[in-house]
Amino acid sequence: MMKEFMKKSIACLLLLITVLIPSSRAFANSTFYTYSFDYYGNELESPDAYTAEDMLIGSMMGEEVGDFVSPSGMFVRDELIYIVDTGNNRIVVVNKAFKLVRIIKSIIINGEESFFNQPTDVFVDRNGDLYICDKLNQRVIHTDKDLNFIKLYTKPVDETILEGSDFLPIKCVVDTSGRMFLMAGNVNKGFMQFDKYGNFTVYVGANQVKASLFEVIKKRLMTKEQRERMILFVPTEYSNIAIDKDNFLYATTTTFNDGDLRNNPGKVNPIRKLNSLGTDILIRNGYFYPVGDLSWGSGGDVSGASRFEDITALDNDIYMAIDRIRGRVFAYDFQGNMLYAFGGLGNKMGYFEYPSAIEHMGSDILVLDYKAGSVTRFTLTEYGDYINKALALYKEGRYDDSAEYWEKVLHLNGNYDLAYIGIGRALLRKGEYAEAMKYFKSKIDINNYSKAFQQYRKIWVEENIGYLVGGFIVLLILPKVVRLIRKLIKGGAASNERKNSGQ
Amino acid sequence: MSVRTLVNKNRLLHLGKTLRFSLHCIFRPFDGFWDLTHEGRGSIGAANIILILCVLTQVWTWTYSSFIFYWPQWEYFNLFMQILPSVVLFLTWCIANWSLTTLMDGKGKLKHIYMATAYALTPYPLIRIPMIFLSHVLTVDEVAFYMVFYNLSSYWCVLLVVCAMMMIHDFSFGKAIFTCLATIVAMMIIIFLIIMFFSLITQSFGYFISLYKEIAFRLY
Repeated sequence: MMKEFMKKSIACLLLLITVLIPSSRAFANSTFYTYSFDYYGNELESPDAYTAEDMLIGSMMGEEVGDFVSPSGMFVRDELIYIVDTGNNRIVVVNKAFKLVRIIKSIIINGEESFFNQPTDVFVDRNGDLYICDKLNQRVIHTDKDLNFIKLYTKPVDETILEGSDFLPIKCVVDTSGRMFLMAGNVNKGFMQFDKYGNFTVYVGANQVKASLFEVIKKRLMTKEQRERMILFVPTEYSNIAIDKDNFLYATTTTFNDGDLRNNPGKVNPIRKLNSLGTDILIRNGYFYPVGDLSWGSGGDVSGASRFEDITALDNDIYMAIDRIRGRVFAYDFQGNMLYAFGGLGNKMGYFEYPSAIEHMGSDILVLDYKAGSVTRFTLTEYGDYINKALALYKEGRYDDSAEYWEKVLHLNGNYDLAYIGIGRALLRKGEYAEAMKYFKSKIDINNYSKAFQQYRKIWVEENIGYLVGGFIVLLILPKVVRLIRKLIKGGAASNERKNSGQ
Repeated sequence: MSVRTLVNKNRLLHLGKTLRFSLHCIFRPFDGFWDLTHEGRGSIGAANIILILCVLTQVWTWTYSSFIFYWPQWEYFNLFMQILPSVVLFLTWCIANWSLTTLMDGKGKLKHIYMATAYALTPYPLIRIPMIFLSHVLTVDEVAFYMVFYNLSSYWCVLLVVCAMMMIHDFSFGKAIFTCLATIVAMMIIIFLIIMFFSLITQSFGYFISLYKEIAFRLY
């Protein structure tokens, strides 16, 4: 008896041990070049949407040009690529075919030749005017397209700017009305906005600092020395800025904790789209917030969340951001759905060592590598083209035509969730609700499924209203009928039985 | 034990009667739970059936509900781990409650606590099983209807548990509430001890295994 009990309890213990031992779910770090996410955030291999076609290294243009040293900025206007070769204090302009057009090393200001000192960025507006962030000279130079000096942006005199501090312009963009948005070092109030005459007006896009209740209590309990030792709680600093065809600013930030991003991606928002008031208006309707990689498996010396170094917004409202941690380009559509990610760290063409800028030329993508000193050109493949067309048609409201392209996408990639949902939407518009529900269900699109189901249910009820009403009436009458029949059959016996049982 | 004695007609009748008493209990909790233990109108068998129904309701909710409400990732779905917490919580509740109420002059025995708590869970399968059907006719905009029933079943069960504690232990209302809260604390302590015990055991196992490996490597 005792023995059996012992045996049983040992068996139970062993069972409990196996259940309670914590098992960790290992995430495989993807090894494919291009991938997309499914509903659960798994990385699924996908055909290449972009392929590396060409690569430019400074010395390929001849001895007199030489290699780029730490190039940190790039800009594309029409057919020309402006590469800011920071280490060599110059701007190299090349054309579409990667042939040298000109090298800018200095600007004639008031009859004197003024050289650059560590330029970091250049912006070219639609007239061809250049805005050059000359970082260590603490100025932004505005010239016309023939490099004739127009004006300087220097450190503004304003009570919000410390007098002793340096003015370090890092990135700038200019909208069509001539307003400049400048990202400067030492500034954490957002972007500095200058009017078209070069006067500082206002800060744009600053984060409000909200201390949580816990932080307030914590601060109350701390001594003065402890409080001073604490890291200053400052708003986000941006890592880069871009402007799209409609004058909206796209901004990226890399100053956040991995934990905050994990728990609160909606508060960190590493990618933002700012309107002229500085409000974030990015649409985030995808399965996940646009934060780059979802699983941060560490391999080699790579770990943690994606950190976007630069962003570019294409003319079809697809935006692509480049992650310096894993060297990947992430593409999102105008609804915030992740379209595809591609790239990686490495020395091969199509891989990066430390990407520092991304730009687009038409549908081509150009990525500048800070360490390798190279520019890689990516061109759209058939697959990427189908996605673009399907999205464009969807945006126009031509759902049927869009579904045709989604079908083509599915032929190339059966794992592409957006394609199923796109086809489902077309079916929903056509009124084929049951079929649409299947598509939405397969990709767990609950809202669209509900829309289709609501119509399906309506039709079903309309068709079967007779049965429904009939069934309802039967349900109401049935108990009474049963009681009546019982009474008729058993007569007095039924009531007697109840009496005898005494309850 | 032969089949005849197992499926005895009287036993079955008794089981059916005690099971039907659960319906009386949930609508008239004060009378019901008093009679349950003091008049012997409940049975452990019925309590077991209610518990099994609760577990099955959980399983069915996951497997048969409309995907608008439940969309488990079946590749990683472990039914055992879905069921285990609720069963373990139920048993811990019984043990913790018994250990507390014996110190606080509660009249109920462990058997009574088990039976009354199980009877108090009757609304759970009673409401949740029709909700599985309901989920197939609702859209995402009508989640509110679903949540009404969801909350109703939960609050009803909680109220019944408090009533059950009052009646089987012969407590006042305030004392019943207090013991319920104290039981939850006691449950946490029990779970903490169990987890600590097992993590220590796994660590000591790991220690001996590494010791063995070390010796094996040294010798060969």
